Amino acid sequence: MKKTIRIGAGSAWWGDRVEPAVLNAERGDLDYLCFETMAEATISAAQVRARRDPTFPGYDTYLDDRMRGVLPACLKRGTRIISNQGWINPDAAAERIVHWLRELGAKGVKVASVNGSLITDRVLELTDTILENGQPTSTLAPSLVSAEVYQGAEPIVEALKAGAQIVVTGRVADPSIFMAPMMVEFGWDALDHTHLGRGNGIGHLMECGAQVTGGYFSDPGFKDVPEPWNLAFPIAEVEADGSAVITKVAGSGGAVTLQTVKEQLLYEVHDPANYITPDVVVDFTTAKLEQVGPDRVRVTNLSGKPRTPTLKVSIGCQEGFIGEDMFFYAGEGALRRAQLAKRILEERFRIVKLDAEEIRIDFLGINAIHGAMSPAPKAEPYEVAVRVAARCRTREEANKVGREVDGMAVSGVGHTGKRVPHQDRTREIIGVWSSLVPRDRIVPSIRYFES
Amino acid sequence: MRVKLQHVAHTRSGDKGNTSNISVIAYDDAFYPHLVEQLTSERFHEHYAGTIHGPVTRFEVPGLAALNFVCQGALGGGVSRSLCLDNYGKSLSAAILGFELDIPDALGPKLRGPR
Repeated sequence: MKKTIRIGAGSAWWGDRVEPAVLNAERGDLDYLCFETMAEATISAAQVRARRDPTFPGYDTYLDDRMRGVLPACLKRGTRIISNQGWINPDAAAERIVHWLRELGAKGVKVASVNGSLITDRVLELTDTILENGQPTSTLAPSLVSAEVYQGAEPIVEALKAGAQIVVTGRVADPSIFMAPMMVEFGWDALDHTHLGRGNGIGHLMECGAQVTGGYFSDPGFKDVPEPWNLAFPIAEVEADGSAVITKVAGSGGAVTLQTVKEQLLYEVHDPANYITPDVVVDFTTAKLEQVGPDRVRVTNLSGKPRTPTLKVSIGCQEGFIGEDMFFYAGEGALRRAQLAKRILEERFRIVKLDAEEIRIDFLGINAIHGAMSPAPKAEPYEVAVRVAARCRTREEANKVGREVDGMAVSGVGHTGKRVPHQDRTREIIGVWSSLVPRDRIVPSIRYFES
Repeated sequence: MRVKLQHVAHTRSGDKGNTSNISVIAYDDAFYPHLVEQLTSERFHEHYAGTIHGPVTRFEVPGLAALNFVCQGALGGGVSRSLCLDNYGKSLSAAILGFELDIPDALGPKLRGPR
């Protein structure tokens, strides 16, 4: 059994940079490189796209960029890769990875795909209640797009134990991706909540990539980090007891400090003593953090409680459309012209009978971000953008927003600045709801491929 | 002395559905008791009046000298339904940096940032 293992992050979301993943692969001396590429609505958006675009393969659209970037160094070092880039088609993602392995001349490399999280066809029989509103999940039947279970680390562990060098999954809880290697290397049992609590806590620190190495952090004069244009993704040096040092490749920008680690420890956490994951319930309140060197924070004393009998299900539904657009005022009197423009839009929406669930007309620079709590401006702003959005049941209604903003070009207020050509101004809403499913009703399936 | 929170603590927001959590982390352990005493869930909620529509629950994490505010109804119905430009509420954690609190003059040297 090794004393420590080195686990690096390769991405924190779909749109994340590829270059720090390559840096970790090439200079991180990693045993494992882990990619997290999904947001709450990723699966449902992929389902919608797959219906409309038969050429969409159903996995991370940056799979090629990421794998071509990291595979040469990972193969050279023997770094194993775990990734949730499989989205709605882990098998196709595995086949694509095999393609790149062959391109690189790597023969006999085993790639595993983890399936079993997609339960769209049986979600209504497996679940009862929507967590957010207490209604029966059957009320979602007419608008249901996709339902997927958050699986834990166990199927990844199984694939790694079977000799997979690369494991690509569908929906798996983010921290589990990073904890699976610890369970394999240190022989932690799936019911060992003490170690799993520590491992999942470390996984939680790693899952958002640069958010623990100085990203989403800088505030000039208060919280400065070196070279914020050159951030690295984190590396966890994990010991057999689940203690770890969070660090990054030397010479990169950013920082790993008590502050960056604390911010990430509580990120997207509700009750810090009860952070529920598929594998374990993590207690962050016992954590001890220590700066043990430059860009090195040691994390010990995380705790765990036994896992719950249920797994979380994410249910994506078609809920209509949002129409939105923006136009601009500047110079003397910008705000008074923006205010008249708002009045004109409100009247126009009445005239064209815009049927919306909610309409919002904001002044960007004044109240478009924090809404009602925003203080009145202390001085006349030099620039103001009028930003308008409406949520509607149908695309036709939502399109009215863009059409009325078009009207502001020649029929609006003096000195109106406008974006032409503009982007598509109507987008589909995939609402996400949650429910719980009994753990024993979910059976993962693993397939193996070889280059 | 009366100071803005930004000199005393740093903050970060995260999203889950229609709930935003905003962590408030003391720059120094000595500030923490003053945060606990003055930055109550009621005063936090008042600061976000009109923007956070549901209840606010405060969790204390003394080991990290941190408070975690869980704010329901803060994200316009949820990330995908929200009409807000910042639909994830990533910038919400900056608003509380303007909250004013009293700290003992003796802690003045520990304050962060230009004043």
